[in-house]
Amino acid sequence: VNFEFTDDQRAIKRTASEFLAARYKLEAVRALAEDERGFTDEQWREVADLGWPGVIVPEADGGLGLGAVELVVIQEELGYALAPSPLLSSVTAALLLVAAGTDEQRARWLPGLSDGSLRGTVAVWDQHAGWAPDHSEAEPADGVLSAVKIAVPDAPSADLLIVAGADGHHYLVEASAARITPEKSLDETRKLYRVELDAAPAEAMRSDPDAIAHAYATIVTALAAENVGVAQRAMEMAVAYAGDRKQFDRPIGSFQAISHRCAQMLLEVEGARSLTYWAGWALDHEPSTAPRAASMAKAYASDAGFRVCASSIQVHGGIGFTWEHDLHFFLKRAKANAHAFGDARWHRDRVADLAGV
Amino acid sequence: VDLTLSSAEESFRDELRAWLDANNPGREPEGDEAGFEFRRRWQRTLNDAGWAGVAWPKEYGGRGATLVESAIFNEEVVRSRTPQMANVLGLAMGGPTVIAHGTEEQKQRYLPAILSAEEIWCQGFSEPESGSDLASLKTRAVRDGDDWVVTGQKVWTTLAHQAKWCMLVARTDPDAPKHKGLTYFLMDMEQEQVGVRPLVQITGEAEFNELFIEEARIPNGNVVGGVGNGWAVAITTLMHERATLAFGLQVAVQIALRELVEKARESGGRNGSAASDDPVIRQRLAQLQIESEVLRLNAYRGLSAIMRNGVPGPEGSLGKWHWSEVNQSLTELAMDIAGPHAMLNEDEWTYRFLRARANSIEGGTTEILKNIVAERVLGLPRMR
Repeated sequence: VNFEFTDDQRAIKRTASEFLAARYKLEAVRALAEDERGFTDEQWREVADLGWPGVIVPEADGGLGLGAVELVVIQEELGYALAPSPLLSSVTAALLLVAAGTDEQRARWLPGLSDGSLRGTVAVWDQHAGWAPDHSEAEPADGVLSAVKIAVPDAPSADLLIVAGADGHHYLVEASAARITPEKSLDETRKLYRVELDAAPAEAMRSDPDAIAHAYATIVTALAAENVGVAQRAMEMAVAYAGDRKQFDRPIGSFQAISHRCAQMLLEVEGARSLTYWAGWALDHEPSTAPRAASMAKAYASDAGFRVCASSIQVHGGIGFTWEHDLHFFLKRAKANAHAFGDARWHRDRVADLAGV
Repeated sequence: VDLTLSSAEESFRDELRAWLDANNPGREPEGDEAGFEFRRRWQRTLNDAGWAGVAWPKEYGGRGATLVESAIFNEEVVRSRTPQMANVLGLAMGGPTVIAHGTEEQKQRYLPAILSAEEIWCQGFSEPESGSDLASLKTRAVRDGDDWVVTGQKVWTTLAHQAKWCMLVARTDPDAPKHKGLTYFLMDMEQEQVGVRPLVQITGEAEFNELFIEEARIPNGNVVGGVGNGWAVAITTLMHERATLAFGLQVAVQIALRELVEKARESGGRNGSAASDDPVIRQRLAQLQIESEVLRLNAYRGLSAIMRNGVPGPEGSLGKWHWSEVNQSLTELAMDIAGPHAMLNEDEWTYRFLRARANSIEGGTTEILKNIVAERVLGLPRMR
C-alpha cells in the first residue's frame, strides 16, 4: 500500500507546476478570459510539446501511453493555475476515440490529437438536456445527424466533434460541418459554444458501453482533479489573506470564525484529493472499482470545489467580490466543472445504485 | 499510487483472518462485569497467539508489525466483529508511552501485564476545570522522601474501577509556566486515597468515572519521562497510534453503514415504499458512502506520509474530526430512517445516535482540532 506518486509522476507534476506558473500568471489568465478564443497558437504548441494532449492515448496510437493518474496530476496543476486551454476538450475527444473508435477512426484522428496538430471536443448536452450526462435524443438517419448541442467547449477551434446520440451511441462529425455560435459561459476561462447540426455527415463509433463508461469515468475524474487544484489555490489565497489582513488590530486569521473556516477548506480539499487519486489509480489498476470511485470523486470534488472557493471569497470580504480580484474566476471554474458530465447529485445517485441502495 | 497489498501483507492478513475466524468467541455476555471478564479472556487468547501487542517490539512481547500490518490488524479485528480487548488504554496509550519514554526497568515491569490484561490501565488527564485547556490542570504532586503525594480530581476516566494503573498527569512545579510544571506518573489505583465515582452519561450507562485523589502516594520510580516533562510525554500518548487506529474507526463506520443500508431497505418510507427508495435518503446514504471512503483513503495517505517522512501529513490531523462528523451524520440518518420508531428506544441505533454526540468532544473537541489544523498545518496566526 502506498499513496505516494512514483518518481516519474512527481517529475510530471513538477514540470507542470513550473511550466504553468511561468506561462499562466493570473494576469495572463485574466487576459485570456477576456479574449474571444481563450488561447493562443503558441500556447497550444507549448502544451503539445509537453505531450499532454496524448498523455493517456496508447503509444500505438501516437500518444504517451501513460495512465489516468498522470492525467490527474496534470489536470490538478491546470486547475491550480486556472490555465485556459482547449486541452481538456481535446483529451476528452481522444478518450472517447480510444474507447469506441473503429480502427480507421483511430488511425485518422488519434495521432493528430496526440501530437496537437488536430484538436477535438465533445458535444454532449442536448438543448433541453436534464441532469443526466449521457442522455441525448439525437439520432442519425442515412449517415447524417441533426441536433442542437449546448455548452460545447472550444468548438470553433476544434477539427473534430464527438457527438453523443441516443442510446449511448457516439458519432464523429467534422467541425466544419457544424454551425457554431458562442455562448456566454459562467466560466470565462473556458469558452463554450452552441453547436447546431443540420443533416451533418456523421460517422458512428463502435458501440461498446463498458469502454465508453470507462472513458466517461476518466473524464469526470479529470474534472474532479481540476477542482482539487482550483480549491487548493482558493484555499491558499484565503490562508495568505487571513494572515495579512488586519482588523481590530490583529490578523483576521487569528479569529476562530476565520481560522475554522480555513480548516474546513483543508478537510474538503484533502478529501477531494484522496478520492480523485484513488479514482485515477482504480481506472488504471482496478477497473471494477473505477465507476464507483470516479463518481465518488466527481460528487465530492463538485461540492468541495464550489464550497472552498465560496468560503475563500467570504474570508476575503468585500475585495473578494470584486471583478478586480481573481477569486471569482476560480469560483466560476469550480461551479462550471461541478455541472459538467453529471453534477454531485447525479453522481451520488450512481453511488447509491452501485452500493445497491 | 498503489493501493494493493504486497504479498507479505496479504499473507499477514490471511493468517490473521483465519486465526480470528477460528478463535472468535462470539457475542459478549450481558452485564458490565461479565462483559469485562469476557474481554479480558479474549485479550489473553490474542496475547497467547502473539496478537495483542501487534505493533510493539518483539523484545517486549509484541509482534513487531510494520505500520501497514498494524493498520491491517486494526481493520481486521473490527471487520471480524470479535470483541474489544479489555485493556484498550494500556495497549493503545500506556504501553506505547512506556516504550517511548520509560526506563528499561519500567518496560520490564509494566509491559507484560498490559499485554496479558493482568493489569488494566486507565487515564487521568482531564479535570473538571481543565478540558480543552489540558495544560491548566490543577492536580498537585508534592515530593515526600521517595514518594510523591498527590491530591486533585480527574474526570472522564474510563475503566477506573477495573484499573490497576492510572496514567496520571499532575502539577509538580506550580511556579513554572503551565506546560512546564507537569509530570507524568503511573499511579497505583489500589489505594484508599483514590476514590472512584461512576459518571452516568446521556445514554444511561456509565462508561466513565470521576476520580477523587486525596493524598495518594506514588513512588518516585513511577515517574515516566522525567519530572517536569509531563506535557511532552502526555502528547506522545495522545498522538500514539492515531494513524493506525484510524483504520479501525473507518471500518466500524463502513460496517455501520452497511447495516444502515439494510435498515433503509426494510424500513417504510412514504406511500408504502421502502425508505431506501426516497431520493433524499438515497442522497444521504450515498454521501455517507463517499465520506466513509474518504476516511479510509485519508488513513492510507496518512500511513504513506509516515512511511516516507516519519510524520503524518496534513490529512493526519483531519481523521478524528472527520470521523466524528461522519459517525454523527450516520446515526442521525438512522433516526430519520426510523420515522416514528425514532421515538422509541427499541434498538441499538438509539444508543449509537446518543453515544455519537460525544464523538466530537472526546479525545480532543472538534474546535480544538480545527485550531490545530489552522495553526500547525495551515500556518495561520495563533489565536489569542
